[in-house]
Amino acid sequence: MSDAILKMESISKSFDGKEILKDFDLEIGRNEFVTLLGPSGCGKSTILRIIGGFVKPDAGRVLFEGRDITALPPEKRNINTVFQKYSLFPHMTVGENIAFGLKLKKKSPEYIREKIDYALKLVNMEGYEHRNPESLSGGQQQRVAIARAIVNEPQVLLLDEPLGALDLKLRRVMQRELIKIKQEVGITFLYVTHDQEEALMMSDRILVMNKGIVQQEGNSKSIYDEPQNAFVADFIGDSNIIGGIMVRDRLVRIQGVEIPCVDEGFGNETPVDVVIRPEDLEIVSPENGYLRGQVQSVIFKGAYYEIKVESKGYEWMIQSVDPAPVGETVGLTIDPDNIQIMHKPVSADEEVIRDE
Amino acid sequence: MSKPRELNKRTLVASPYAVWVLAFTVLPLIVILQYAMTDAAGHLTFRHLFEVFSPIHVKAALFSLEIAAGCTVFCILLAYPMVIAMRHLGMKQRGFSLFIIILPMWMNFILRILAWQMILSNNGILNFLLGKIGIGPLQIANTPAAIMIGVVYDYLPYMILPIYTAIMEINEDLIEAAKDLGAGSFTVFRRVIFPLSIPGLLSGIVMVFVPSMTSFVVSDILGGGKLQLIGNVIEQEFTTGNDWHAGSGLSVSLMVFVLIGMAFTSVSKTEGKESVIW
Repeated sequence: MSDAILKMESISKSFDGKEILKDFDLEIGRNEFVTLLGPSGCGKSTILRIIGGFVKPDAGRVLFEGRDITALPPEKRNINTVFQKYSLFPHMTVGENIAFGLKLKKKSPEYIREKIDYALKLVNMEGYEHRNPESLSGGQQQRVAIARAIVNEPQVLLLDEPLGALDLKLRRVMQRELIKIKQEVGITFLYVTHDQEEALMMSDRILVMNKGIVQQEGNSKSIYDEPQNAFVADFIGDSNIIGGIMVRDRLVRIQGVEIPCVDEGFGNETPVDVVIRPEDLEIVSPENGYLRGQVQSVIFKGAYYEIKVESKGYEWMIQSVDPAPVGETVGLTIDPDNIQIMHKPVSADEEVIRDE
Repeated sequence: MSKPRELNKRTLVASPYAVWVLAFTVLPLIVILQYAMTDAAGHLTFRHLFEVFSPIHVKAALFSLEIAAGCTVFCILLAYPMVIAMRHLGMKQRGFSLFIIILPMWMNFILRILAWQMILSNNGILNFLLGKIGIGPLQIANTPAAIMIGVVYDYLPYMILPIYTAIMEINEDLIEAAKDLGAGSFTVFRRVIFPLSIPGLLSGIVMVFVPSMTSFVVSDILGGGKLQLIGNVIEQEFTTGNDWHAGSGLSVSLMVFVLIGMAFTSVSKTEGKESVIW
């Protein structure tokens, strides 16, 4: 990327002897919406805090528009952060909170006035200027926090799980608004979340992380449709992940049955992991399916039924709009397109996270 | 039916406190009021209440005010840097430094002041050390400076503790947010830490100003008995003067001034967050 606004070069960071990041590289383009997605403790927040200047890396450099800012304190960086816990100043009104950064920059009262009005309108909070932050709901507080960051016209806005403390419905609303705000102000967003839906919905580019290592990088569609290892497949949405043998190009053997697929280049008779999304499996009559099994449970989930079918010791998860009778033997079929073949994990960070 | 009974139980639990307050606060106050408003013959008079305006008493009161205000200012100036430094310490060191600050409070008040008398006297430790570096000897004992040192030393913990509580309560996120928006260390203090510590500061002022204004032991011991605070005057009315009526009258008028002062701080307190200790 030639137009990189922000670059991290071989960043390493340990806390109390525990290595969080090792030789981490990142490049963010101008006006991009990049999301760091991963479970808690994967190092995503540390990356944000290093860019914000709150954490000094043990090694490596942070470049902002080509300039080394590694040693620069947070107040000297043209980067602003929206914190998860809003962090509004409780002793100031909404308007004073928004004006905080501008006053420090010695902007004229007219300019500040205009900016406050603009920002409150942008985040849909007109008329709240003189309110006390503590009298606002979580969603409103986060809107103010976004306004407070944006009025400073940062070139990069860091968002550290900004919607993490909000309830599901409000989160969905705020996601749409964030996209709108992003389009309106046209600045680079670096977003951190552990919510995969949020990441898929908002981002231009997603970096899926685990244990301080980027597992996969790409746009929402490629991350969802073509997970490159078991960790990504499992973390992004529900998945059936099962061991298989790549017989040859375009043919995989799962549970002893050869099924056509579209993947190539794995060699012959190679052990692989196979990912099949629950919505891609189709229940058919036993003689028409590649696989055969017994329906274990059917749960109504609103938009679909979640059906578990046991076949040769593996429990397949299927999402279907039609229920199936529990106990009945059914067949399972799948389009070659919807089978995703992955190499077996070579390190712990590529594996599925098991609940302890 | 259960509710009134529960209330009764609670009242019962509070009764030792009620007895305590009655016996040691309300009753003495009534006695003092009675003394203040009567003369030796037992006739009603307001003479003693206005005795505070006599020139000698005004002088003592102003000197008390000076000492109390100076003490409060010094305590504030000392407390903030100490608390800010403590904020940067780890949990364990923080607890230890707080323990060090409280430690002198466990020693007898008179003993501490007597120790200061030794330190500050003309041939005391301080002048010995100053002599070593070629300064002095300085006449500190029996001066207002000695009284000031004594009251600041004594009341500093009462300023530190509420400010400490208020500042430790400030979430680190707020400080990071301020820095993120472009505030350097001093601006963070001025715009975030200080305003959020005001409830603690007000508690500290009340707890330092009032007792340092009314104290008399410090000025007795460190002032050599020549420098009279209003507290000393009252004490002498009761002891050497043996005039309980005049002493009570002065006490009552002093209390009125203190209450007026406190009313001001509580008014400004209700505007912000609730106070930390008071």
